[in-house]
Amino acid sequence: MEQITLTIDGIQVTVPKGTTILDAARSVHIDIPTLCYMRKINEIGACRICVVEVEGMDNYAAACVYPCDRDGMVVHTSTPEILEARKKTLQLMLSNHRKDCWTCSRSGSCELMRLCHRYDVDDTNRYEGPVTQTVLDTSSIHMIRDGSKCILCRRCVAMCNQVQGVGVIGTNHRGFATSIGCAFEMGLGQTSCVGCGQCISVCPTGALQEKDSTQEVFKALGDPRKHVLVEVAPAVRAALGESFGLAPGTDVQGKLVAALRRLGFEQVFDTQFAADLTAVEEAHELIGLLQSGVRLPLLTSCSSGWVQYCERYFPDLTEHLSTCKSPQQMFGAVAKSYYAEKNGIDPAQIVMVSFMPCTAKKMEIHRLEEEGGLPDVDFALTTRELARMIDRAGIRFTELPDEDFDAPLGLSTGAAALFGVTGGVMEAALRTAEKILTGAAPERLELTELRGIAGVKEASYTIAGQTLHVAVVSGLANTRALLEKVRSGEADYQFIEVMACPGGCVNGGGQPHVPFDVRNFVDVPAKRAQVLYSQDRKHALRLPQDNPAVEALYREYLGEPGSPRAKALLHTHYRKLRVNPEF
Amino acid sequence: MKTLEDIRNMEVAMAPTVGPRPADAKTTRVLVGMATCGLASGAGTVMDALRQAVKELKLDNVELVSTGCIGICQYEPIVEVLEPGQPKVTYIHVNPRKAAEIAKSHLRDGQPLGKYTMTNPDDLTMDDSTPVTALDDTGIFRKQLRIVLRNCGVIDPERIDEAIARGAYQALGKALTELSPDQVIDIILDSGLRGRGGAGFPTGKKWRFACGDRGKVQKYVCCNADEGDPGAFMDRSVLEGDPHAVLEAMAIAGYAIGASQGFIYVRAEYPLAVAHLRTALRQAYDYGLLGKNIFGSGFDFDIDLRLGAGAFVCGEETALMTSIEGKRGEPRPRPPFPANQGLFGKPTILNNVETLANVPQIILRGAEWFRSIGTEKSPGTKVFALGGKIRNTGLVEIPMGTTLREVVEEIGGGIPNGGSFKAAQTGGPSGGCISRENFDIPIDYDNLTAIGSMMGSGGLIVMDQDSCMVDIAKFFLRFTVDESCGKCTPCRVGTRRMLELLEKITDGKGAHGDLDELEALASYITKNALCGLGQTAPNPVLSTIRYFRDEYAAHIVEKRCPAGVCKSMISYSIDPKVCKGCTMCMRNCPVEAISGGVKRPHRIDPARCIKCGNCMSVCPFHAVRKG
Repeated sequence: MEQITLTIDGIQVTVPKGTTILDAARSVHIDIPTLCYMRKINEIGACRICVVEVEGMDNYAAACVYPCDRDGMVVHTSTPEILEARKKTLQLMLSNHRKDCWTCSRSGSCELMRLCHRYDVDDTNRYEGPVTQTVLDTSSIHMIRDGSKCILCRRCVAMCNQVQGVGVIGTNHRGFATSIGCAFEMGLGQTSCVGCGQCISVCPTGALQEKDSTQEVFKALGDPRKHVLVEVAPAVRAALGESFGLAPGTDVQGKLVAALRRLGFEQVFDTQFAADLTAVEEAHELIGLLQSGVRLPLLTSCSSGWVQYCERYFPDLTEHLSTCKSPQQMFGAVAKSYYAEKNGIDPAQIVMVSFMPCTAKKMEIHRLEEEGGLPDVDFALTTRELARMIDRAGIRFTELPDEDFDAPLGLSTGAAALFGVTGGVMEAALRTAEKILTGAAPERLELTELRGIAGVKEASYTIAGQTLHVAVVSGLANTRALLEKVRSGEADYQFIEVMACPGGCVNGGGQPHVPFDVRNFVDVPAKRAQVLYSQDRKHALRLPQDNPAVEALYREYLGEPGSPRAKALLHTHYRKLRVNPEF
Repeated sequence: MKTLEDIRNMEVAMAPTVGPRPADAKTTRVLVGMATCGLASGAGTVMDALRQAVKELKLDNVELVSTGCIGICQYEPIVEVLEPGQPKVTYIHVNPRKAAEIAKSHLRDGQPLGKYTMTNPDDLTMDDSTPVTALDDTGIFRKQLRIVLRNCGVIDPERIDEAIARGAYQALGKALTELSPDQVIDIILDSGLRGRGGAGFPTGKKWRFACGDRGKVQKYVCCNADEGDPGAFMDRSVLEGDPHAVLEAMAIAGYAIGASQGFIYVRAEYPLAVAHLRTALRQAYDYGLLGKNIFGSGFDFDIDLRLGAGAFVCGEETALMTSIEGKRGEPRPRPPFPANQGLFGKPTILNNVETLANVPQIILRGAEWFRSIGTEKSPGTKVFALGGKIRNTGLVEIPMGTTLREVVEEIGGGIPNGGSFKAAQTGGPSGGCISRENFDIPIDYDNLTAIGSMMGSGGLIVMDQDSCMVDIAKFFLRFTVDESCGKCTPCRVGTRRMLELLEKITDGKGAHGDLDELEALASYITKNALCGLGQTAPNPVLSTIRYFRDEYAAHIVEKRCPAGVCKSMISYSIDPKVCKGCTMCMRNCPVEAISGGVKRPHRIDPARCIKCGNCMSVCPFHAVRKG
């Protein structure tokens, strides 16, 4: 590849032709700020915060997209004029931004605020004037869109359109009236948004946020009549530490349990218990289908964003969805039946709280509520909300001792931890299935070909003489492409794991915000995934059916996997919905 | 299907039918200007009246032809009569009654009606006794040189045969049969043709950038017909009056770079241009001048139309391509340049209508011929749409290097009502003002840029002493604020904040420091905006500050609008010594702000007055004062 030698701030650097100025500068330890830029996802050069001076050019260049394309380029990244330009850009953004920074949920993690500090924006009201008319959209179950804080970086739009292929938000109007919204200014709740929350996870400001349930949970915890239980998803322990200044990839399971106990939950349980349970149920379902040859390929159903997506965008494939509830819901169902009976508690008094790396889980707890009955889970909160609760309760997280989950519903195997990363559900289910079919633990436990956070992976296995073609996909645009192949017959799989979020739950829409000056250069989801892989590796028990609590549950309560009671409690059914419910 | 030979034969055979009539011609050709300008002035009814008269008077030797914009839009509806062996007679401001009269007197009896013609170029009054003069001899036309507009107002744009009679598709034939693609590019390069859309980038260079890997990759030729500058209508007139010139040029460009597909991106607000393009496309396909294996050369070229929904920014090349791709029309960063990654990510060239209309003539007559016209660095001509405070509004095509004074005073006929020239605005919302001190500057790309304006696409708006330069700047900036796509921060928010500052100044609330802030924001936006629209948006403000700083100062410091335009700074009063008490102003005041009895001096209540100026314009005694 042709190499280009250029000078950046007096430092000579040689890079492959076409490298952006941003990357070339980074290679010599110069940080150029970005806002709208998301590597490979949103390379639109819109916000102009990354402008640099390229000698010989009339105008400043956007470093995030401007290529090093000629030898001898001379670039200046922080002349007084450039610093002033960045400051003006920030001041102009602020002039059209609702500055309730004191109480904004993103105060402290706001990328705009950080840049304002960095570029010495001493006069935040420099260009005060009328602001763009926007709406506060609270119509969806899981999130709030507050246009008054939007800086129109369009990261959310790129995420929803390119990465997720859902495309329920876009740019409306033009010029100063430009806003991000849904078609025809519908509320997000009126669209076929699947709730994945990826838009929230990339928003640099407080324009997009989950609907916060922390106050309701604090209230429940303070209510002596309530029996408040908590379950926490695998990916949460791999990311929560980031909210307290720990490096990405720090396993905080022990501190997490300690914090939950201090928050006052009656029992601190683990969604991983239900993950093991899911693996067992789903493996049996898979084996049944393989034997009968119907409903193949089987599609996993753990990811509620994906289930929403399937119901709306691929309703014809809902037959293929595993009827297993997601681990979150299975957990609630078990807690309000088995656990309640065993401990003599009225299920109606149980408040089931889940902490998830996910916003779609907020939608999932309301799924099929029109059919009546107690909800499996009462409150689904994100990792970010958990961090807020810990902070608000005055718990000094990093100083906490490591503690263990409560038995029995806090017990899990290594396989359950894998549920938090793309490919993990498949790996756990295959481990289970192989033991069921062969009677012995698989020789090779770690299916490395299914590991890593790549968007699409496929493999073939021979289990008990039967060849199994499997695929693992994450990110809904990837999913759509794969499913279209399945639909057309171009691809032939027996088992497909789908996760709505790219990389799986470790990169869920409810995880702590990672600013893009980090995210563009560090693969944070991969680091989080390592936490879960390591948990699996270190665990004494690595087969879901070996979980003693799961084994006890079947023995004492459910009977066999797939028994009528298991079906009633642990399985669900799907609807065939339409993309545009309003039309 | 026609062969090149057929086309050449057709030209020879039919040439006499479209130009001045030879003495032995059998028919009289009567042209009616039926472009948008003509139709808006009532040319449709004139045509109907002529048709009826021809029928009633049984004028079998009269051929009625609808043609494109003749150029003097102000004088529409226009009817031109070409009799065998006679000079052309141009009738202006024709209505159905005059048309019937013309039919009787001129077409039947051979008596031209001098009173309805445009006569002495310096005296536009019409009189029975003045002799008939051809339009071409008037001052409006004498200084013009029509290359791009050569067929506008001459042929029926809906008849391909008439275009062929004037040489259409000869250049394509020559290119395909006598020239290699590289030779075509060399000719365009040598000619020095520069983009007429505004920026003036050398067309040949653009083609050269995109010419690699011919035949190996899909490429596109796009025609930018998304003309959007306020007051500009050059491209519309070319498309309405001579669509084949554009189609032919696109095919030549396709041959040059190795593209087989062209797109014309034309705004939907140009329905007549769209209709004429559709007709022209159909006819060109029928004759085999587009499509497969053109002139048996093995070269295939197709053209599709894409209609724009009216966003000004879609005239920016990357936004235009994004719009053709079916997405929200917004610019994208360059590089990559369209020549490398354009439409659908493929190498693409994008040329403006006027640029393309030059191409066939250059191919036919050679680069040297083209370079002999205009200035050294800006060869050829430029079409301008003259508007504003000027007597002859319309479309003019002048050699580059013509001075602004010539355009305004000679071609434009000067400022009406004894007014004096203050400034001209070129380049629309991206351009700037040319003040009196640069009245004698030869108009070309580089000179205009040097004085803080730009060639732009060709809108030329003339202003007189009654134009407030701050108000003009505000007008253009408001346009860009409205038309900003909203993608980048400097343009989306910055231009808006600039506009608010201008509004503050024209509202009489300007403060010390506002001018500095305006300039600071302007230079910030120029340097930081994503696309050409944003980068040039501050130009009208910067250039008016540059040449009319004192006018800004008067607004800010003295709270006075020297031109008497900014309403917050003017008041109307009635001079009691002059007022006769006729009540005319009272009756015309929309807000009943004027009191006073019959034959007694009237008074204006300043608290009620909305400063509409009605009283001043209706007062027969000039008793109303503005100050």
